[in-house]
Amino acid sequence: MNLVKMQELAKSYDNQYNVLDGINLEIEQGEFFVLVGPSGSGKSTLLRMIAGLEDISGGILKINDKVVNHLQPKDRNLSMVFQNYALYPHLTVEQNILFGLQAKKVSKQEQQQRLTETAEMMGLSELLKRKPKQLSGGQRQRVALARSVVSHAPLCLMDEPLSNLDAKLRAHMRIEIRRLQKKLGLTMIYVTHDQVEAMTMGDRIMVLNDGKIQQVGDPITLYNQPANLFVASFIGSPKINLGKAVVQGQQLLIEDSIHIPISSSLLSRLTEHQDLTVGIRAEHLLNGKENRNAHSLEVINVEQLGNETLLTFEVGSQIWTAKWLGQWKVSVGDMVPINISIDHISFFSTKTTELIKPATITTTEQEEVIV
Amino acid sequence: MNQAALQLEEQYAQKFAKAKKAHRTKSLLKGLLFLLPSIILFSVFLFYPLFKTIYLSFFLTDSSGATTVYVGLNNYINIFTSPLFVKSFQVTFLFVLYTVPGTILVSLFLAILANEKLKGIGIFRTIFSSTMGISVAAASVFWMFLFHPSIGWLNQILAVFGIDAIGWLTDPNSALISVAISTIWMNTGFTFLILLGGLQSIDSYLYESADIDGASYFYKLRRITIPMLSPTLFFVITVSFISAFQTFGQVDMLTRGGPQNETNVIVYSIYQDAFMNYQHGVASAQAVVLFVIILILTLIQFKLGEKKVHYQ
Repeated sequence: MNLVKMQELAKSYDNQYNVLDGINLEIEQGEFFVLVGPSGSGKSTLLRMIAGLEDISGGILKINDKVVNHLQPKDRNLSMVFQNYALYPHLTVEQNILFGLQAKKVSKQEQQQRLTETAEMMGLSELLKRKPKQLSGGQRQRVALARSVVSHAPLCLMDEPLSNLDAKLRAHMRIEIRRLQKKLGLTMIYVTHDQVEAMTMGDRIMVLNDGKIQQVGDPITLYNQPANLFVASFIGSPKINLGKAVVQGQQLLIEDSIHIPISSSLLSRLTEHQDLTVGIRAEHLLNGKENRNAHSLEVINVEQLGNETLLTFEVGSQIWTAKWLGQWKVSVGDMVPINISIDHISFFSTKTTELIKPATITTTEQEEVIV
Repeated sequence: MNQAALQLEEQYAQKFAKAKKAHRTKSLLKGLLFLLPSIILFSVFLFYPLFKTIYLSFFLTDSSGATTVYVGLNNYINIFTSPLFVKSFQVTFLFVLYTVPGTILVSLFLAILANEKLKGIGIFRTIFSSTMGISVAAASVFWMFLFHPSIGWLNQILAVFGIDAIGWLTDPNSALISVAISTIWMNTGFTFLILLGGLQSIDSYLYESADIDGASYFYKLRRITIPMLSPTLFFVITVSFISAFQTFGQVDMLTRGGPQNETNVIVYSIYQDAFMNYQHGVASAQAVVLFVIILILTLIQFKLGEKKVHYQ
């Protein structure tokens, strides 16, 4: 059953510039749905349109099979967590959590019951008498979540709720929010600009750019089969390595510097495209020590991450990064053999930026997938 | 060996202390240099007159203001036993009571209205704050015409509804209220502007969150707007309070303290004693009393108000 349904949803200001255009989307009940995109892509606007804080310029928005285009935020039966938490600084944690219930004139007894229940769940029982000012960032975040939980609304909207926290706390809250959502069976629409958050939290992800849907899918599909160059370079860290490529005889020439032999079946698929852009993930630039076909590249930077090593190379006009598992003693200026397999390369059309052919093998030999 | 090292350390410590002291003196001098213009201005126009007034309040003076006889506390005893001063005392307090809540309520109402996001709201904001740009003298002349017993608009409007003309400024019962009304009008512009600024600094997320929670307009007003505005409200209350005690211009223009001293506020009484009756000593004593009253009331206000104000 889909809880939220959008048909040709659009947003424009002064009937001129389209901030959002042609948004068709269905969000299932109990789903953790992530809207991700760079700043200015319209993801927050879309969320605010669902909440009813922004007018809808065109299209139809349905919640629970009811058209809600014209409804006030309070009549849409949802809760929202804001980026800066929107806590009332003059009220205590308890008053903050109960604010909505009091506004809706929920009975005192029920208020108390829900408060105790929520406070216990969120670990706020000790802090109920404090003002937001006396709380740490993580605690404020939890109060904002509690306010959303206490409303018992089936749909919860979150607008970059973790962006004000430090990296450690963010990783922790990611898990907490995810657990909470599963436990309460909430339908969550979560906006973020951080692709790591999107990948780790979402059941499904929608990538948005310039007000248009780039791709909707589960995290692994987005990673393995990005629909276009934008999604390919947006999802994944370190960024996917891209390069211009041309077919020369039986070989693929990447950035005028790397030759890779290709099979004739692949050749026939690629020849119809004039300009190609190839993409290869950092973990697929393998150490080619035992391979005589390995390409020798000069290392221009080394980043030691402890359990893995990032090596940076210059390939034509592009900077490529390789991610090798383990600790490697490599220094800047070394020539390193790199093994590039044609099976790891995704092909995109340079003109339309659309995907032509995804990589056929998406896992590395080092780490086989256990199914 | 050890002894030598200790000695060396001590020498260094002394050297450091000296350098630190020199540095501190230097920065103090620099600071004073920057403050000098303010210090000179304040000394000439504030500190010197303040001490001169306190000094004068213990003397009798001649008509030019030069001290003649030292009378100790006699000036103070005289004013507190004079029925005229007691009357101005009452009048001043009544005047404050009328104008401060009046100004705040009217301005708050207008500010909340003007804070709505509507087309052409800028026009209303300009109109509501425009009295700030009108001098007391000009406003008084304007109100004098409105209050005029026969040709004034107020009485003409009353006549339309068949109500008898009111001697706005001439009737002892209504004179103080009339002056208070014109004062409220004059102060509204400034207070409105400050309150509007306070309203606009309230985070819009708070209202959006309340909208999603289903809070009504008045619920939001009561639970969010007023508490969040409390520091600004506290500021305007304090400022209006002090300025109400110091009212002079409109009284001088509209009623000259009359009728029957009904509008003879303390500052006007000081002016009369000093520059009409040439009793500079008595006038100074009144000024000192007014200063002390305002000081004490403001302190009380801070003590009481601070607990109820939510600073962010």
